[in-house]
Amino acid sequence: MQFIPNILFAIALILGIGFFAKNVKKLIRNIKLGQDVDVSDNKSQRWKNMTMIALGQSKMVKRPIAGVLHVIVYVGFVIINIEVLEIIIDGLFGTHRLFSKMGTLYGVLIGTFEVLAALVFVSVVIFWVRRNVIKLQRFWKSEMKGWPKNDGNFILYFEMVLMTLFLVMNATDVHFQDMNSGNVISQYIAPLFSGLAESTLHIIERSAWWLHILGILVFLNYLYYSKHLHILLAFPNTYYGKVNPKGQLNNLEAVTNEVKMMMDPNADPFAAPEEGAEDEVPAKFGASDVQDLNWVQLLNAYTCTECGRCTSECPANQTGKKLSPRKIMMDTRDRLEEVGKNIDANGGEFKDDGKQLLGDYISTEELWACTTCNACTEACPVSIDPLSIIIEMRRYLVMEQSAAPMELNNMMTNIENNGAPWPYNQMDRLNWANEE
Amino acid sequence: MSEKLKVPTMAEYMAEGKQPEILFWVGSAGSYDDRAKKISRAFVKVLHKANVDFAVLGTEESNTGDVAKRAGNEFLFQMQAMTNIEILNAYEIKRIVTACPHSYNTLKNEYPQLGGVYEVLHHTQFIEELMSSGRLKLKSDSTLNGKRITFHDPCYLGRANEVYEAPRNLLKSLGVDLVEMKRNRSTALCCGAGGAQMFKEPEKGDKDINVLRTEDALKTNPSIIATGCPYCNTMMTDGVKAKERESDIKVFDIVEIIANSEEL
Repeated sequence: MQFIPNILFAIALILGIGFFAKNVKKLIRNIKLGQDVDVSDNKSQRWKNMTMIALGQSKMVKRPIAGVLHVIVYVGFVIINIEVLEIIIDGLFGTHRLFSKMGTLYGVLIGTFEVLAALVFVSVVIFWVRRNVIKLQRFWKSEMKGWPKNDGNFILYFEMVLMTLFLVMNATDVHFQDMNSGNVISQYIAPLFSGLAESTLHIIERSAWWLHILGILVFLNYLYYSKHLHILLAFPNTYYGKVNPKGQLNNLEAVTNEVKMMMDPNADPFAAPEEGAEDEVPAKFGASDVQDLNWVQLLNAYTCTECGRCTSECPANQTGKKLSPRKIMMDTRDRLEEVGKNIDANGGEFKDDGKQLLGDYISTEELWACTTCNACTEACPVSIDPLSIIIEMRRYLVMEQSAAPMELNNMMTNIENNGAPWPYNQMDRLNWANEE
Repeated sequence: MSEKLKVPTMAEYMAEGKQPEILFWVGSAGSYDDRAKKISRAFVKVLHKANVDFAVLGTEESNTGDVAKRAGNEFLFQMQAMTNIEILNAYEIKRIVTACPHSYNTLKNEYPQLGGVYEVLHHTQFIEELMSSGRLKLKSDSTLNGKRITFHDPCYLGRANEVYEAPRNLLKSLGVDLVEMKRNRSTALCCGAGGAQMFKEPEKGDKDINVLRTEDALKTNPSIIATGCPYCNTMMTDGVKAKERESDIKVFDIVEIIANSEEL
């Protein structure tokens, strides 16, 4: 009978990790629904970006208050999880604080964890206050109603509970308190339980221990359904993020081939494609749905943690337009999830559901409000590029549907006819030299 | 008053069998927009003062395609790009200077893949180079001494290409009191014209972007709002008008400020 806890623990661990692995597989499957894109270039710059931006949090601290608090939670999260290793070994083998055999070092480690746990708790409370009491504008935009708002708060509650359980577990561990090494914070919590019998303390300690590890497993599985995936995806996302100058948009290769053909007087428009040549003209130009975007853009969507720094910097959003770069990312993810579920429900194949990203999620009004100023991409702490999605969807509107606003059609006609966005004669192009 | 400026074309250079030091890419705004033409002229005057051997494409220049690309018309962009590249390459152009950050960005970043590889400079970068090499010397007793000037970063020069200091260095060398807006350099607010917005009415909102940006500028209490982009110039000028401050606040391109102070 004495092995029952160990077996239960093993089952919980296998279920928790197994279910998470299943969702990770789904996540990768969904991201791969995107078009292929070559990101094999600039390896050293990419590693540098990941190290600086994700690991080093260089962009987070651009806003010092949120930045420093985030660094505390981030460092706390990573370091405190070392403790999980001991919990897992103890759980599987029925030992108790196996690592305490290390002596002084153990005290130093647990002491550090306790301090971090307390700091994380305080930081998370401040985050909660910023969202719910101070009501920072960017957390109250229209796209943050319902689930996105609750999601943000759930994560904070989770972290508060997990940190509390960790500290209570230490505080009620009579043996650990007796060691009087590493109980930097918990020694002040222990007196709260001073009147209780040792057996009661033991029950509280065991409960906190179990709830702590089960909580971590639940949290792990919550990630896939939450904006909180960024704790994992920030790393690949900053690696695969844009390395070119921000102003540079990609040139569509399929268009290049067509334009070359049009401009080459010797080209034979009826020539058969070369042997082994790939299908040069894509099914469509630009993007009307998530499958038309490339996989890095889809990875971007899963990485977005809806912090809203992009939207708060967006000139269109600041002047009351509908466009919110954060919403572009949230819509892309929501639609991608919908497509993924559709595929799951239809035996691995996507069945047309009469919906698409364009129109059903993102309106043309939002797309045409963008000034392409790159404030959003500059603001994003994890190298997400909402602008590239906006441009892909404009490409679809213009090249597939000829659905640009009338004034833009006029402008483009002018460029076609006389090489300038205004209706002036090409031969007058140098007149400025003679005018004052 | 019609003072004829000497603006040689590449065709003329070619006829004489010569190659200029730089090609001045005028851009559509610089060629046709009444306000922006003044910037082109000011830049030419500065080029003459520094004895720079330059030429323009003149009637052989065509729109870079930047605005079409950002509006989503990749076909039109690439048609424009390839037409321009054919001409630039035929003239064996190596070095291009432009007063338009949109042309700058497109020529520098989006043309190379299509076969147009050039060294591209914004006019503020080129003028800075002329000054540091001693080819252009500015008067020290400038009337601009101590004048409060704020600089609005064009998105396509600043964030897009991280050119933040060249325009500021020029202003500082003129002895002006350079006052920064709260949002400057990488956090500068857009003027509202980029991404083809210049050519359409804005979407429904509660304010125009150029007015918001002008309010940023007015907070610095400037006598001049300086910028380095013909579109920003138009937007800020309109913003100043909307705020009814056109009598005491002027909007100038940096090269105009230099040309004015040198009485060119």
